[in-house]
Amino acid sequence: MVYDALIGPFTEFEFMRRALAAVIALSLAGAPIGVFLMLRRMSLVGDAMAHAILPGAAVGFLLSGLNLFAMTAGGLIAGFAVAILAGVVARATGLKEDASLATFYLASLALGVTIVSIKGTNIDLLHVLFGNILAMDDQTLLVVAFNATVTLLVLAVIYRPLVIESVDPLFLRTVSRAGGPAHLAFLALVVINLVNGFQALGTLLAVGLMILPAGIARFWSRDLTVMICIAVVAAAVSGYAGLVVSFQTRVPSGPAIILVASGLYIVSVLFGRVGGVVRQMFPGRHLEA
Amino acid sequence: MAAVHFHNVTLGYDRHPAVHHLNGEVASGALVAVIGPNGAGKSTLLRGIVGILRPLDGSIHLGGLDSRDVAYLPQSVDIDRSFPISVFDFVGTGLWRDAGLFGGIGKVARGKILRAIGSVALNGFENRPIGTLSGGQMQRVLFARVLLQDARLIVLDEPFNAIDSKTTADLLALVKHWHGEGRTVLAALHDMEMVRAHFSQTLVLARGPVAWGPTAEVLTPENLMVAMRMCEAFDDSAAACAADDAPSRAA
Repeated sequence: MVYDALIGPFTEFEFMRRALAAVIALSLAGAPIGVFLMLRRMSLVGDAMAHAILPGAAVGFLLSGLNLFAMTAGGLIAGFAVAILAGVVARATGLKEDASLATFYLASLALGVTIVSIKGTNIDLLHVLFGNILAMDDQTLLVVAFNATVTLLVLAVIYRPLVIESVDPLFLRTVSRAGGPAHLAFLALVVINLVNGFQALGTLLAVGLMILPAGIARFWSRDLTVMICIAVVAAAVSGYAGLVVSFQTRVPSGPAIILVASGLYIVSVLFGRVGGVVRQMFPGRHLEA
Repeated sequence: MAAVHFHNVTLGYDRHPAVHHLNGEVASGALVAVIGPNGAGKSTLLRGIVGILRPLDGSIHLGGLDSRDVAYLPQSVDIDRSFPISVFDFVGTGLWRDAGLFGGIGKVARGKILRAIGSVALNGFENRPIGTLSGGQMQRVLFARVLLQDARLIVLDEPFNAIDSKTTADLLALVKHWHGEGRTVLAALHDMEMVRAHFSQTLVLARGPVAWGPTAEVLTPENLMVAMRMCEAFDDSAAACAADDAPSRAA
């Protein structure tokens, strides 16, 4: 009975196995990126970027239909273009980067929806906006796995400057020029992972599998390494549970995954060891020193 | 052999100078106090020396030192204290010059980090997140990192602000130790007693040099009065500085 509900779908159906593999790959790469987004107070930048990649993906869709490889390439190009343009406008004019990014992503989102609706149907638009992890073919799965691998490798390379730049940017500037390139590489990783999540969760929810696990991890540890591990596990668990829920109840898979993650987040806010609500209300007797 | 050489340096923001036409040099191994009222350009000058701020005019030469030979402790550190990093790891970032992007932190390096933490009397704090430290403890941590940077030129911007006397004494001893090792130390300070007692050279700054030399000769009430008066002359509609062209014409 329990076996049928929790493991059965994956032994029985190949598309469920593919979906599970994809969601684990997404968790491994996206969750660490999400932790850094959160610690660098860029959570909403991730969200904005998610919208920014839409027109690129839409152009890919226009050119070759629902070919996820073309849509990925288009999404990457659009994402980088918006990130770089927003950065250039911010540096050149003194407009704050968030304001500049907001302008670009809104324009980008409008453009993307326009492009999709010119050629496609409402179903296509739904697919682009919310993804469909259950429709994943082998090629797409390989792209997802490849992107995840690249993410982890690059993250390993830029980890040290990225951490120092997050804590004490001025110090890094005085000892090294690695800060700028590390920041740009990090933005690139954000885009890559958004495009990656895009296939499974759609533009609107792709960022969810990055930010929600990071928020969950914040409530359980004060150590960066532990935080990243917790975030990865939380993302993978949400992905798995979301797939099971989706399979049993016919709720669309993307929203199911994010809803499970939101549930975990609420539990963490209430019962988390670090700053959780319950913990703050009943802190226990104060210590001696 | 000069550690820092100023050649007609003008530093400022958005064309408005904060330090005007500074000439001179800091001898290698000197212990120099930079004093002046608020807004005198002390921080601006130090930022220019470490290369964060590019001079509007003139040039600053660091006598063959590159940026890695300079350790800088800014006044308002924009450190994200909520970032989950331990005192040990944070101090360890001072080893950047040796470790760089990928260099491992081996047994020797760990020993160095522990000794640095010990020399600012923070033993036992190694695993504490930096967010749990007091202001004075954080300043000790920053000094430990400067110590690890092992730099020829050390630039400290008001390092004893809001620091109690015990901590100040400890950190000042560290500064004098660096001086004893032949490092060049520049520090922006406000405590005249401390400058008189411990710093051999003093630069009185007030948007331009007022006096520069041995502390006993420079730190006079007259000079301080002059410095007071010269400060805070920011003019939104100031004309382009005519003095800028003078030297080139003379040459």
